[in-house]
Amino acid sequence: MISLHGLTKEYPGGVRAVDALDLEIADGEFFALLGPSGCGKTTLLRTIAGLETATAGRVTIGGTEVTGLPPGRRDVAMVFQDYALFPHMDVTTNIAYPLRIRKVPRAEREAKAAETASRLSLSELLARRPGQLSGGQQQRVALARAIACHPRAFLFDEPLSNLDARMRLEARTFLKRLQRELAVTTVFVTHDQGEALAMADRIAVMSAGRIMQVGTPAEVFQRPANTFVASFIGSTPMNLLPGVVRDGALHVAGAVLPRPDGVADGEEVVYGLRPEYMDLAEGEHADGFAGKVSVVENLGTAYLVTLDCGEHLVQAVVPEDAEPAPGAAACAVPRHRRALVYRDGELVTP
Amino acid sequence: MTVGHETRPAAPPAPAGTGRVRHSLGAIGRATFLAMVAGFFALPLLWLATAPFDAHPTITASVPEFTLRNFRSLLDNPYALGSLANSVIQSAGSAVLVVGLAALAAYALSRVRVPGRDALLYCLLLLSSVVTGTAAMVPIFELATRLNLIDTHLGVILTLTGGLLPAAIFILKDFMDATPTSYEESARVFGAGPLQILWHIVVPVVRPGLATIGVWAVASVWGSFLTPFILLRDPEKSPGAVILYTLYTEGGSPKLDLISTFSLLYSLPVVLMYVFVSRKYGFRFHGGIKR
Repeated sequence: MISLHGLTKEYPGGVRAVDALDLEIADGEFFALLGPSGCGKTTLLRTIAGLETATAGRVTIGGTEVTGLPPGRRDVAMVFQDYALFPHMDVTTNIAYPLRIRKVPRAEREAKAAETASRLSLSELLARRPGQLSGGQQQRVALARAIACHPRAFLFDEPLSNLDARMRLEARTFLKRLQRELAVTTVFVTHDQGEALAMADRIAVMSAGRIMQVGTPAEVFQRPANTFVASFIGSTPMNLLPGVVRDGALHVAGAVLPRPDGVADGEEVVYGLRPEYMDLAEGEHADGFAGKVSVVENLGTAYLVTLDCGEHLVQAVVPEDAEPAPGAAACAVPRHRRALVYRDGELVTP
Repeated sequence: MTVGHETRPAAPPAPAGTGRVRHSLGAIGRATFLAMVAGFFALPLLWLATAPFDAHPTITASVPEFTLRNFRSLLDNPYALGSLANSVIQSAGSAVLVVGLAALAAYALSRVRVPGRDALLYCLLLLSSVVTGTAAMVPIFELATRLNLIDTHLGVILTLTGGLLPAAIFILKDFMDATPTSYEESARVFGAGPLQILWHIVVPVVRPGLATIGVWAVASVWGSFLTPFILLRDPEKSPGAVILYTLYTEGGSPKLDLISTFSLLYSLPVVLMYVFVSRKYGFRFHGGIKR
């Protein structure tokens, strides 16, 4: 288990990369730190590893406080974005390096390296240097090196970002299965919400050094706690439309919708609905967003349609073969059950 | 020629003849010029290869009247061979010190934020030419006298090391900067201490840089004359560069037989070192991606 209490990392010059952060990561959990670049997620990971010293707060790993300990005594293994394989050592020596530091005899550590390598299908490559390996193979060597030292936790910094798109999908499945098998607490950093949703047991969405929401992928996707998370999660951005509650109804972008629970008359709110939960109808509709089709984007098995509703743009996903022609009049009808309402940026839908 | 002419139909036919003449003249001119430049640099080497084996060497390169007598008379000189051993001691000592100290300093300067680091490096580099230069010879002599370093190998080694260090640090810092810090951080997370990181990771990765600096230091010290000439009194401790200067008759005319033979012996070790290091380490950098 990894616990963080009031963890703060402030750089000289007053930049707070991590700001009074509390977090509990359970044993064996596959945990994602997700956020846009510069949100402090990598700094947080490096602070857990001990490569950065915390300005304030505590880090506990497996019940032991490690805040003041150097990285080598925290019993964690880190896989770097560039894998950081030593270029002058072959695959065996690279994998065995952590054991060499622990003064394990050569024969024993080479046997251990060979065993770990075969588990990751690297047996054929043991005598190669990192420069002679493909990106995917380098990643597996870096993983093998981390696994060989049996740490209490794995820390992965953007583990998939150096792979090409196709390899990335394979590696995603591979990593998730490997983590399940090893059942070692794993924290990984990513800026790709799709990666986090696909791999993690739980996700912490970060912005400006703070955690905006912690939850399972389903929770974070279905009920984003605030408009930041709502706009960050999802492969097509959520419709976030300003509206006002008046006369028992919600007036939003020209549409009059039933008043949602939790809001009172006269309040200004933001109405949120994923484009996937909008149905496109032709012509006028009583409680829909009427507008003109401005852009139609092909998503493969579906189309993302952008409606120009005067002041606002409303997006809807329509199935293939049902896409409207650009310029046509159309109406996006929301599925009310899926709608979320935010007041002052925070979710109020019960 | 004709093929080349046919493939260029746009060329006007009338000036083609003069153009060809001009082209040939240009080629001849270029070749002559290159031959002269090559000759300018090759002739001294040719002299070095023939004169030691010539019974009556002159200052021009000529077909030698073959003999090995010059080598025997060189062996009769009491200081000749010893001076080469002194050269080895002084250059190897300086090279070891320069590589060791410069590696540590460059690593620290590359990894630790020191205010005004670049200004410091540039100042050192600028001053280094003064430290072993002629201008500082009097204070260096004075200093060496007070430290009892006159007439010792150590005095020569320390002075020359001091002169070479700034440039060595400057060059090695570039090599260190090019090494990703993630290598070291990775090793740190696995529990490696600073010296282990230096020895296991940094030194092997920058080894071509260290080899380059080592060879450069040896070659510089091997060829340096003024510092050992001033700091050493005893000809038994003098290096080859200084002994070469003594191979004159009382009248002041050069003993060409001895000078040429000694020059050959004096330059061979450096050439061999270049070949050896280039074979063993290769003056190249193999980084993380391509080898």
